[in-house]
Amino acid sequence: MLIKLPDDILSSEITPESIYQQRRRFIKGMALTAAGITTSALMSACNNQNGNASSSKTAPTQNAPVFDDLKSSEFNTDEELTKWEHAINYNNFVELGDGKTSPIKNADKLVTRPWSVSVEGEVDKPGTLDIEEILTQFDLEERIYRLRCIEAWSMVIPWVGFPLSLLLKRFQPTSKAKFVEFISIHDPKRLPGQRSDFPLVWPYVEGLRIDEAMHPLTILSIGMYGKVLPNQNGAPIRLVVPWKYGFKSSKSIVKIRFVEKQPLPSWVQAQPDEYGFYSNVNPLVPHPRWDQRTERRIGEFFKRDSMLFNGYAEQVASLYTGMDLGKNF
Amino acid sequence: MTKNDIFFKTLVFIACLLPLTFLITNFFLQKLGANPVETIIRDTGLWSLRFLMMTLCITPLRKLVGWQWGMKIRRMLGLYAFFYACLHFTAYLWFEEFFDFAAIWTDVMERPFITMGFITFVLMIPLAITSTHAMIKKLGGKRWQQLHRLVYLIAITSILHFWWMADSKGVLTTPIIYAVIIAILLLMRIFFLKKSSKFLGK
Ligand code: HEM
Repeated sequence: MLIKLPDDILSSEITPESIYQQRRRFIKGMALTAAGITTSALMSACNNQNGNASSSKTAPTQNAPVFDDLKSSEFNTDEELTKWEHAINYNNFVELGDGKTSPIKNADKLVTRPWSVSVEGEVDKPGTLDIEEILTQFDLEERIYRLRCIEAWSMVIPWVGFPLSLLLKRFQPTSKAKFVEFISIHDPKRLPGQRSDFPLVWPYVEGLRIDEAMHPLTILSIGMYGKVLPNQNGAPIRLVVPWKYGFKSSKSIVKIRFVEKQPLPSWVQAQPDEYGFYSNVNPLVPHPRWDQRTERRIGEFFKRDSMLFNGYAEQVASLYTGMDLGKNF
Repeated sequence: MTKNDIFFKTLVFIACLLPLTFLITNFFLQKLGANPVETIIRDTGLWSLRFLMMTLCITPLRKLVGWQWGMKIRRMLGLYAFFYACLHFTAYLWFEEFFDFAAIWTDVMERPFITMGFITFVLMIPLAITSTHAMIKKLGGKRWQQLHRLVYLIAITSILHFWWMADSKGVLTTPIIYAVIIAILLLMRIFFLKKSSKFLGK
């Protein structure tokens, strides 16, 4: 079969990874130039189920790629991407239910507009950022990271986002800011998991040490696969800390707080002997429930060996020199 | 065996294979979700437990409702519980651990819920082996019956296996439902025991 290529694409560029990027650039170009709408308008149209009629004609659905010209990152892995269908169907997001496929079923229970993130605590300039400001004020990058869940499965996700440090620095943390606490949405009226008997205290709280939060690998993500973040993946804004178990990467964040004392993350509060504050991926630290030595890459049948710091040891091991990782798990 | 018996048993035999048939069909249709191995292991484990519970229902149904037909399929149900446990264990050995026996041993020792699953499986083996008529004869009815009381222990350890598995996420709804049913089935035994000792007393 003969496939006609557009003139501006070299056939050598057609590799499995680049295909979706090409398509993405193409569609984005069409949507933006033809409709003449700004990124932020486009994004709210995407996320708003009742988007107004005039934009709904030209605005792509939530599944359409919208980001282009993303800076690529030196940290990107060239491993095969997890299939989009798997990445949006197999999730842990307890606010939307406790099964792996509950989050996609309940995805519309999460309302992502209006949305803002307030930054407070040990900072000189506390304040609030509207999601539209966040979407337009930062240089977006594509970060292709491994994601390792504590449940011994893993994925490779191309996130769209920017370093958390860029946002944090704007608020000028004081010298007392030793840790950063992340607070997720609290909306028990709509979110089924926050009404159920699930034994977590809501809202979901996570925390990082300040140097972990400022680390260049740590990002805030607002999209994946060149698309707007689907609700079940933590829309509209989530944390991604690739060397830690997935639950450290808080979803649907509404508040960031600089604190002096180590925060008490939700899972640590619920089961302190099983979940630790650091929760770095570490095959040598056993968990009573899941075997951490190996993991199943979603899409593969057999398991593979897990890696210390999820393979990011070169970048992050120095954060923990002199620490007993078995005790500080 | 009458013709009706053979028909009835064949029907039950085929019905018991349905969960496996669905699992295999859905595997090839790629309908087991993003993590098919997880689905296979969970499904076979759950069916093993369900057949165990069905086996434990036979005696209460006979004593309380007077249904005698259950006795005809009790052994088959028990063996199906073992059959699904074998599938469950094999899926674990093969798809999870790839027959790395050193890793399996560490895992059995390290994760309490795996320890309990393993104990349950080991306890099932003597019951499966001694399930034939020849074995009943060889052991003698009384000793056979004593040995097969192990099934009560198996019921308890399998619930612990399930419970401890779910405990890390704290979502215990399903294990609680199964535990309550098993508890009722076991408590009935105590009730029957008391009743029969009363008769003996007279
Ligand atoms: C050597 C023996 C066994 C091993 C290694 C084993 C291992 C496992 C594993 C790995 C899981 C799945 C955990 C997960 O999804 O992460 C599981 C679940 C389960 N197993 Fe076993 N198991 C064993 C024996 C048994 C036996 C004998 C029974 C039943 C009588 C049983 C009943 C169950 C049940 C009910 C579940 C939960 C299913 C669900 O979540 O829906 N297991 N077992």
